[in-house]
Amino acid sequence: MANKLIVSPAPHVQTAQSTARIMRDVVIALLPALVVSTVVFGADVLRVTAISVVACVAFEYLIQKFMFRGPLTISNWSAVVTGVLLSFNLPASIPWWIVVIGAFVAIAVAKMTFGGLGKNPFNPALVGRVFLLIAYPVQMTTWPMPVRSEALDALSGATPLAAVKHGIVGPDGLGVQHLLLGNMPGSLGEVATLALLVGFVYLLWRRVITWHIPVTILVTMAVFAFVAALCEGESGAVLWQLPLFHILAGGAMLGAIFMATDYSTSPMTVKGGVIFAVGIGVITMCIRLWGAYPEGMSFAILLMNACVPLINKYVKPKRFGVK
Amino acid sequence: MKTFPMGGVHPSENKLSSAKPIEVLPLPEVVNVPLAQHIGAPAVAKVAKGDKVLAGQLIAEAGSFMSANIHAPVSGTVTAVDLVPNGQGLRQMMITIKREGDEWAEGIDRSETLVRECTLSSQEIIARIKEAGIVGMGGATFPTHVKLSIPAGKKAECVIINGVECEPYLTSDHRMMLEHGEEIVVGVTILMKAVGVERAYIGIENNKPDAIAHLTQIAASYPGVEVVPLKVRYPQGGEKQLIAAVTGRQVPPPPALPIDVGAVVCNVSTTYAVYRAVQKRMPLVERVVTVTGKSLKEPRNLLTRMGTPVATLLEAAGGLPDAVCKVINGGPMMGRAMVDLASPVTKGCSGITVMTGRDAERRTASQCIKCAKCVAACPMGLEPYYLSKMTQKKRWDEVEASMITSCIECGCCQSTCPAYLPLLDWVRLGKQTVMGIIRSRAAAGAPKK
Repeated sequence: MANKLIVSPAPHVQTAQSTARIMRDVVIALLPALVVSTVVFGADVLRVTAISVVACVAFEYLIQKFMFRGPLTISNWSAVVTGVLLSFNLPASIPWWIVVIGAFVAIAVAKMTFGGLGKNPFNPALVGRVFLLIAYPVQMTTWPMPVRSEALDALSGATPLAAVKHGIVGPDGLGVQHLLLGNMPGSLGEVATLALLVGFVYLLWRRVITWHIPVTILVTMAVFAFVAALCEGESGAVLWQLPLFHILAGGAMLGAIFMATDYSTSPMTVKGGVIFAVGIGVITMCIRLWGAYPEGMSFAILLMNACVPLINKYVKPKRFGVK
Repeated sequence: MKTFPMGGVHPSENKLSSAKPIEVLPLPEVVNVPLAQHIGAPAVAKVAKGDKVLAGQLIAEAGSFMSANIHAPVSGTVTAVDLVPNGQGLRQMMITIKREGDEWAEGIDRSETLVRECTLSSQEIIARIKEAGIVGMGGATFPTHVKLSIPAGKKAECVIINGVECEPYLTSDHRMMLEHGEEIVVGVTILMKAVGVERAYIGIENNKPDAIAHLTQIAASYPGVEVVPLKVRYPQGGEKQLIAAVTGRQVPPPPALPIDVGAVVCNVSTTYAVYRAVQKRMPLVERVVTVTGKSLKEPRNLLTRMGTPVATLLEAAGGLPDAVCKVINGGPMMGRAMVDLASPVTKGCSGITVMTGRDAERRTASQCIKCAKCVAACPMGLEPYYLSKMTQKKRWDEVEASMITSCIECGCCQSTCPAYLPLLDWVRLGKQTVMGIIRSRAAAGAPKK
């Protein structure tokens, strides 16, 4: 027996998944929404996404190369995911330099400061977006109209959430089909609800995420909207139109499926994930209904991100054999 | 379909040899019989260099209650009682026998005739099992007579037979159920009598429909014996997982034992050995070993005498490929990678799995991405990422409070980690350290009482 033998402790089986494959799957899951968005807003969408991705990867590379001087991990695709998600949170008309600043905040401040992938407490893309929203409020809330905008003229450049909030239209003022197919003003990624759902199904199929967090967020939002409508004395069709509107419009789908499920910024247990998701749903709806902003998804996710260490500390998995 | 309540994984089954009937491996020229083939104290050698022994003759006696007898697997001359490297390269006391013919000790019935009736009492059954040196053959090698001796104040309610074989690749238990089904079911009735219960369940995973059908048909004529089909999920063959899958009861954390929920669990191959020991006075000197791997020419199930060199089994399966490989004693989830292929087959060796190429190598670990897949995969409801991290930080109090001693070392966490982190390596280290701390605390506390 002249064979050379490999010796290592059990287990001797490793998953077919890898960090890079998971991140690549997230990018693939985002592609349908990118396509729909390009159809809706035109080539500007690709311009913004490309700038964001290139800037994110470049910042991560430069920081690892010249500041960390450790191993380079840009090949794990996580900076690409951040880049795409950041661009999905921006209007298509945003100037290129704002995108680059957003990418810097997302990667340099929100991710690499904490040690990089897996160590960041806040979702990098959302930190980038919220920074830009506060620093450049005009550019960040100037929404281009969809290329084919007939029947939407009433919105006059407001997102559906803003239009409903300011009483320009009712929650039924926009057909559900427009909300699903993205024919409305809004940020790149949030308009294509149906395409985001396709991505959700893909992520579930590839076992990248589980359904618990996205479904809990959307159900919480719908229930909250329903109860809020009841309390305001509404009746009839509004009782189902308002909940449906809130989960289809704005960043609800994008946030629930792609942002709240970010591994390092969400809890480690299913139970913790549900608490986290309920919190996001409630905070989002409070901001949407009573806050100064028409949309609250990104604030809600960041606020709940801050609670994750606490949730992980106190919400433990059910131990085998312990009653 | 029934299964255990939390965690688990489903690796590729790769049951390459499930259709291969059990074949008898030609007798080896020399055997090395370790004195420690079981959990507990090593056996004490009763023979010396130059002694002539018969197959089935007692050559080493149980060293304490928690120990097991060892018998000569072949007839011949003892050439040494000395330290020999085992599969992990550690030198261990072994009795070396040079084979001469195949002469058996008196009183052993080697015929295939089925003996159904057993008129022995519970104590007599356990005595015969102890005499035959039977230990858990699924890999844990816990002495069976100890398991069957129910401690005072505890009461067994059912016997659970482990026909799960959830490890990928391995098929020895599957073949045993197909080819020795009736003997196994008689063995089940003997175990029921030994612990004084009326009910027994044979748990078999659903990827072995032929074994389920075969045993269900046989069990129909044995009252109280029921076959329970289970959903395919690793580590269903873990004792606690199997009890939970079959009865719905969860064994509390250590130091609680299965008997605390009224269960006595026994593997199918062990049950067959019990049948042969009690009805035929046959000591445990041979077992079926699956020799398998995608790179082997002919994966097989071989009836092998204990002490046969692993290399002999590999030759019988077509020999090792020329590539660098990993040879695993056991299955790929919990088996141990071997360093010495001349080392012997022992009572707990259910298979030899050979892996080559990418399968044989550990991939490079990167950083934890907090995907929580390890938490979801843990069948004991632990947090492997956290236990691993706290072990690295030597936070033993935190590790103990997070129930590291509940870990069954099934490897689900590490096998599911997309960052390829050596989670179980760390958890094992942490668990051993914490158990040491608990022991020394108990030792320090004992005199005060």
